[in-house]
Amino acid sequence: MVEARGLTKRFGDFTAVDAVDFRIERGEAFGFLGPNGAGKTSTMRMVSCLSPVTAGELSVLGMDPRHEGPRIRGRLGLVPQEDTLDLELSVRDNLYLYGRYFDVAKAVLRPRVESLLEFAHLTDRGGDKVDDLSGGMKRRLTIARALVSEPELVILDEPTTGLDPQARHLLWDRLYRLKQDGVTLIITTHYMDEAEQLCDRLVVMDHGRIVAAGSPPSLISEWSSKEVVELRFASGRQEEMAGALGGFAERVEVLPDRVLLYVDDGDEVLLKVREAGIRPESALARRSSLEDVFLRLTGRSLVD
Amino acid sequence: MTGRGGERRGGWRARLPGSAAPARLEGRAAVLRVYGYMFHRYRRTWRGTITSSFLYPLMYLLAMGIGLGHLVNHHLAGASSPVGFSRLGGVGYVTFIAPGLLAATAMQMATNESTYPVMEGVKWARTYLAMLAAPIEARDVQRGQLLWIATRVAISGAVFLAIMAAFGDVLSPYAVLALVASTLTGMAFAAPVAAFAVTRENSTSFPIMYRLGIVPLFLFSGTFFPITNLPGWLQVIARVTPLYHGVELCRALVLGQMNAASLAVDTGYLACLVLFGVYFGGRTFAKRLAQ
Repeated sequence: MVEARGLTKRFGDFTAVDAVDFRIERGEAFGFLGPNGAGKTSTMRMVSCLSPVTAGELSVLGMDPRHEGPRIRGRLGLVPQEDTLDLELSVRDNLYLYGRYFDVAKAVLRPRVESLLEFAHLTDRGGDKVDDLSGGMKRRLTIARALVSEPELVILDEPTTGLDPQARHLLWDRLYRLKQDGVTLIITTHYMDEAEQLCDRLVVMDHGRIVAAGSPPSLISEWSSKEVVELRFASGRQEEMAGALGGFAERVEVLPDRVLLYVDDGDEVLLKVREAGIRPESALARRSSLEDVFLRLTGRSLVD
Repeated sequence: MTGRGGERRGGWRARLPGSAAPARLEGRAAVLRVYGYMFHRYRRTWRGTITSSFLYPLMYLLAMGIGLGHLVNHHLAGASSPVGFSRLGGVGYVTFIAPGLLAATAMQMATNESTYPVMEGVKWARTYLAMLAAPIEARDVQRGQLLWIATRVAISGAVFLAIMAAFGDVLSPYAVLALVASTLTGMAFAAPVAAFAVTRENSTSFPIMYRLGIVPLFLFSGTFFPITNLPGWLQVIARVTPLYHGVELCRALVLGQMNAASLAVDTGYLACLVLFGVYFGGRTFAKRLAQ
């Protein structure tokens, strides 16, 4: 569906995307995980043919965005990071008029708008002004709107940023349904739980580069241990305690507010730490996550 | 999804009605799709524009024409010089200024419609960005917007002309062409102004442009008095401004006092400005919207 080789985006002297390679297959959910400013949005804008490629090769749906931008966009659904809904118009009008941008015939569009309202859980809000909707509703409407042209590929740039947990789960459910129905999804996010939930494969981006690629479980097994023990000490003492903990784990990471021990069996290590007379203020054993992968690869947390 | 080679049916799509019509580039031109959106949106919001479109011109005609016009006509009728009404083309004051106002209001409306709504599209409501996610390019957005502005200017021009006719200020059947002339005048402003507006980050320059550009043009381009009343150097300046040519054009057509050479010069001058604005705006829209 999408293939990039040496894809680069520069704004003046600043290199936002630095020679990245990736390949996205039909029907998969592909993620771009990374902190703000990693180059995810710039990559998405190039793939959606909204922003010209500075250097490298890019093919979307077998076409070259340089020459066939509008033709490609006709087959894409785009959920931008910031909503571009028309707040003055009704929910239904937003879907309808967006469909007309794609020249979907009126007779086809009317019933399609109704089924998309249902898809977005907005049937009873169809006549309301978009201005009156909650953030989660607006986001669902933006996603429904991106589907109005029946795209083969849907690009979602941070679909759930700024939403409360309940709204996020409802949205994930909708995206999961799309995936089940065979739509290819590209998702950028800085939430590791979102990437783990939705993505078949993903790349981890940092400073415009891809630092790792694979499925969430394979990334975790490649770059992290099975489990993690999190120990919290009095503020300012994390560094000092980390020294004493070196012997308990294959790797130790020190964060401003806690120490992470990368181990195979968390509970066992926790027990050993207690036996050694070390008394953290709080302790927790958990499974490794993409957050740990990111920390390992970049030395920084995803979300601060 | 069945197959890998571009077949795109099945799955969730099968549940949606009317799956047979994928988006394609054929069909309506992108410019018309942009225009269609603006038209549809206006159907929801037109009530708020009645005052600026219809009532202002009417109020100008009443105040300037009936109020001031009475004084002027009285003065001209009693003038001892042989000039008198001939200074106004041999007509009464209202009849003299009405076609000027037609052109001047077209300018005002076009300028207004090519500043704030453009900022709305690019930044405030980001409606342009939504269009660009579809098979629509930046220059289609620009041209669709301009086409829509032309429609607005033409509609209010038609209403203005009808009011003029009702007041008995239309003296020639060629006045019908004054609708084209006033719309052309408006677009001679709208196209370059929109090209500029799309480059802005906020609206602070719009009132400045209005105060330093539009208001002086409104007052000194021959709308309310013949520019021959101005000192020589100001006459020269007035003659190179676009509104002067718009006013001349509309007045000649409405009063039936045409002269082929000036018609050609006025029309050519305004058309050049439109072409310049469309060309230049195509570049500024693309630069702003496709980064």
